[in-house]
Amino acid sequence: MTKKFTRRQFGQTTASAVAAGALIAGTAPFNIGRAQGRVLKIGSIHPRSGFQAQLGLACQRGVDIAPRVLKALGMNAEVEIMNADTESNVDIARSRAEKLVNDGANVLIGAFDSGQSAAIAQVAEQKGVPYIINVAAAPQITEQGYKFVFRNFPTAPMLVGDGLNLMKNVFDKSGVTPKTAVFMHANDTFGQSMAGAIKAMAPRFNLPFQIVETISYDPQAKDLSVEIAKAKATGAEMVMPVTRLNDAILLIREMVKQRWEPKVIMSPGAPGFYEGQFYRTLGKYSDYLLTNVPWYNPRAAITQKLLDEFSKTYKNELFELNVGFSFEAMMVAVDAFNRAKSTNGRELADAIRATKITDHVMAGGTLEFDAKGQNVNIKSVTLQNIGQKPKVVLPLDVSEDNLLLPMPGWTKRG
Amino acid sequence: MPIELVLNVTLQGLLTGLVYGLMALGLSVIFGVVRVVNFAHGEMMTIAMYGAIVAFGAWQIDPLVAMVPIAALLFALGYVMQAWLINPFINRPEHSQFMLLAAVAIVMVNALLMIFGPDARTTLVDYALDSVEIGPLLADKVRLITAGLALAITAGLFAFFKLSRTGKAIRACADNYMGALTVGLNVKQLYAFTFGLGSACVGAAGAMMVLLIDVTPNLGPAFTLQAFVIVIVGGLGSMPGALLGGVLIGLSEALSGLFFAPSAKSMFAIALLILVLLFRPQGLLGKKA
Amino acid sequence: MIAGLYERLLDGVPRRALLLLGLLLIAMLVAPLLVDPYLLSILILVLYFAYTGQAWNVMMGFCGQLSLGHSLYVGLAAYTSAALYVHFQLPPTIGALAAISISMAFGAGIGFLAFRFGIGGTYFALLTIAFAEFTRVGFDHFAWVNGSGGFFLPVEQYTRNDVLNLRGRPVMFYYLLLALTVAAFVFCRWLLTGRIGYYWQAIREDQEAAQTLGINTFRYKMLAVLISSGMTALSGVFFAFYYNNLFPEQIFNISRSIELILGPIIGGLGSLFGPILGAFVLTLLAEGLYETLHGLGYDIPGIKHVFYGICLAAVIMYLPHGIWPPLRRKLGLETRQ
Repeated sequence: MTKKFTRRQFGQTTASAVAAGALIAGTAPFNIGRAQGRVLKIGSIHPRSGFQAQLGLACQRGVDIAPRVLKALGMNAEVEIMNADTESNVDIARSRAEKLVNDGANVLIGAFDSGQSAAIAQVAEQKGVPYIINVAAAPQITEQGYKFVFRNFPTAPMLVGDGLNLMKNVFDKSGVTPKTAVFMHANDTFGQSMAGAIKAMAPRFNLPFQIVETISYDPQAKDLSVEIAKAKATGAEMVMPVTRLNDAILLIREMVKQRWEPKVIMSPGAPGFYEGQFYRTLGKYSDYLLTNVPWYNPRAAITQKLLDEFSKTYKNELFELNVGFSFEAMMVAVDAFNRAKSTNGRELADAIRATKITDHVMAGGTLEFDAKGQNVNIKSVTLQNIGQKPKVVLPLDVSEDNLLLPMPGWTKRG
Repeated sequence: MPIELVLNVTLQGLLTGLVYGLMALGLSVIFGVVRVVNFAHGEMMTIAMYGAIVAFGAWQIDPLVAMVPIAALLFALGYVMQAWLINPFINRPEHSQFMLLAAVAIVMVNALLMIFGPDARTTLVDYALDSVEIGPLLADKVRLITAGLALAITAGLFAFFKLSRTGKAIRACADNYMGALTVGLNVKQLYAFTFGLGSACVGAAGAMMVLLIDVTPNLGPAFTLQAFVIVIVGGLGSMPGALLGGVLIGLSEALSGLFFAPSAKSMFAIALLILVLLFRPQGLLGKKA
Repeated sequence: MIAGLYERLLDGVPRRALLLLGLLLIAMLVAPLLVDPYLLSILILVLYFAYTGQAWNVMMGFCGQLSLGHSLYVGLAAYTSAALYVHFQLPPTIGALAAISISMAFGAGIGFLAFRFGIGGTYFALLTIAFAEFTRVGFDHFAWVNGSGGFFLPVEQYTRNDVLNLRGRPVMFYYLLLALTVAAFVFCRWLLTGRIGYYWQAIREDQEAAQTLGINTFRYKMLAVLISSGMTALSGVFFAFYYNNLFPEQIFNISRSIELILGPIIGGLGSLFGPILGAFVLTLLAEGLYETLHGLGYDIPGIKHVFYGICLAAVIMYLPHGIWPPLRRKLGLETRQ
């Protein structure tokens, strides 16, 4: 109905309409001409300001160093990176994605957060521009039947499945098997996806421990003293936290203050324990914590190249999974471009769908996408903080250090 | 439920509440006199926190010592803000004042982001993780110190308003604006002084807060909101009210976290706020407007 | 009756104002044919803020009740219509009725409590924040709509526009919002020219005086809240079906409430065109700043908002009544009394 109305209006008032329209259009650059062909324009869109800024910037680093590293690996392609900031906000994410596509981006990469990624995915699908999600775990995004959306990151159920499996391996290897556990999670999008997955999957895994208490807390908590007091009172032998960075710091700090020393602290697949800020803030108290999480394969040659380049470029930053997955998203885009030899959206998407990269950075099998655009071959590893650095301790074929359990008490450290 | 757990949690709530109270005190002092709700309150607190970070990072000054210069700095910031920005808005409608301070808040958050970047910052003092045993109770040392300081600062401020000449003059302005003008008090200057004092409290609270939580530029709005909840419960404009409000919110959060879901504990605090607004809108210790 | 209505709406409006409004409307109607998709998405944002700002303006601009918690109505309506669509396949055109009812019920509850207990001014504003925050945390735990995990609407690539189910391309949403904005504009004009509008303004200027004149202030303040919350509900329905994913943390956030009241305040509180102008100015300012700074190579996170904040402060400082009233005088468009 609305359409018919416009056409009538259009017919009646052509002259004034053109003038008025031009007035509106004049308020922003008007991009029609698109560069076709030899340069791949990559729209890199991350939350670089707002409350997720630190994580968005980590992703950005992975994108920024990619062209040089890829060149060194022989993946020659002319790429142009177009940066955009979602400001940690869903609607801004959407209009920035529109803007990138409008300015000629041939492929989009981002956006760390599930909500923002979902918003960008809609734009990408509508415009027929391939979108490679670097980090975002909400399973729904690849369940919508999209044709242009790809995700090189595990969904929450994948994370939890791997996380729980690895737990059993950790117990076998160390001989330390806790009988009781407390599950603590931030009540945010990620925390609730993970909690849902754990609730649904834990019974099937035949875990040796019993979850005696589940404590969900405010993701913006400035104080976790009550939560820890409550958890400590259960006397559980293991803590299973699903955190972000700031609450991970609060959590450990509060455990030290309340002198609670469970045998094992192991995250089933969440950020926090392996981040630079965590080590800087907690020092020796960051050691021996475990995280089961997708990680770079330290034994792969390509990882070493990337690590060298990264530590040269960013001297004080830690190389972690956000960097790694963002780099791999770039790798997928460039690889597809080289095969498609085109910047056409459909051809690029088809090329991405046919991706088969065996030699890549993150641990797990071949980098490829299933019919839904999901990479199902990503495998988590067990990280343990040793000497205030994250070290892969399991599985053994990629490990770089030995597992140490039970965790030494807080006061028994150097 | 073991009784020690309940007692421990109650103690935690009480101590945290006193720190909350100090944080909100500045807001209350300013509103009580100037009648302007400072919507940039939490943002000023983050500025103070970054001040402590810089002092510690550059010169290894303990935040509890840096507290004094930071409070002085924030006093200057508050004084200038009131004198230059807010004084022209004193007789403007509430929404105008709100807009102005909301704009100031946006500038503050993002200027901090530009200067310090988005990463969380912290100070690493060696007593940060110590605890003190009191019988069956285990109290966090930093919280004990900050709670004690919160009490002392409130008492000092209270004495200033009750005993000093300037304090009395400020109270006169608050009670009777026209009257104060008539007897020849320089109201604008006293307002600026009050805004400075309130900001100094925020500065002191911020310097202490650094010992308890890491700071990021985006903490501001959450602090602002929390400070509001506290001063409304205690009574906007009442100094003991701010402490009482802080303690009540601290306790209600601690106990609801213990007995119900911790993630929903702020609901209890807000429910308390709504009840107070409905049945005693001037707050528990506030004077009837 | 139609003629009477016509006369009432146009009474005292200068010819030139009508002409300019007409031109603007025509420009907006043809804009989607001329602008690129990015600019269209910006115009959609403009209209969203214009409409929602108008809805908020009813309560604050007309009746003087400062609400800082309008995200509550947006969020409730968004969740209601989305949940009915996902769980019961109820089209949002019908779901909107439920959404409006729920928003109005909450508005009525808040208004009743506040006005019965005689809460006004700053305290009323803080009460509205409190209810929005309370609901936000509540929805974080509301399993039926997946709590803080987020509520997702099914999406596919739409080739045709299904207005009944609000499934379609951005241009459909654009015209829908444009229709809403125009309707809200006319409706508010109608309200303001009637008895209710005069009563509201009397309450806004001096509530006690209004009371002594025999105006039932409770009733008319309630009406303002009800109309405002009901109108805001439609923004929520749009939000749900345009963005297709909802998170309590985002939609009920206090920053959302603040975002949507900036337009009417900057544009001109209480004026009919103020919210529309404010939405244009602020959205284009934000985008323009981003473009300019980006173009100049200042790619520093936060810099855009610093400038944005300074602009806001400058406007409120030098144009206490917003941009529209002085501009209206300049253009010679003042309504004759």
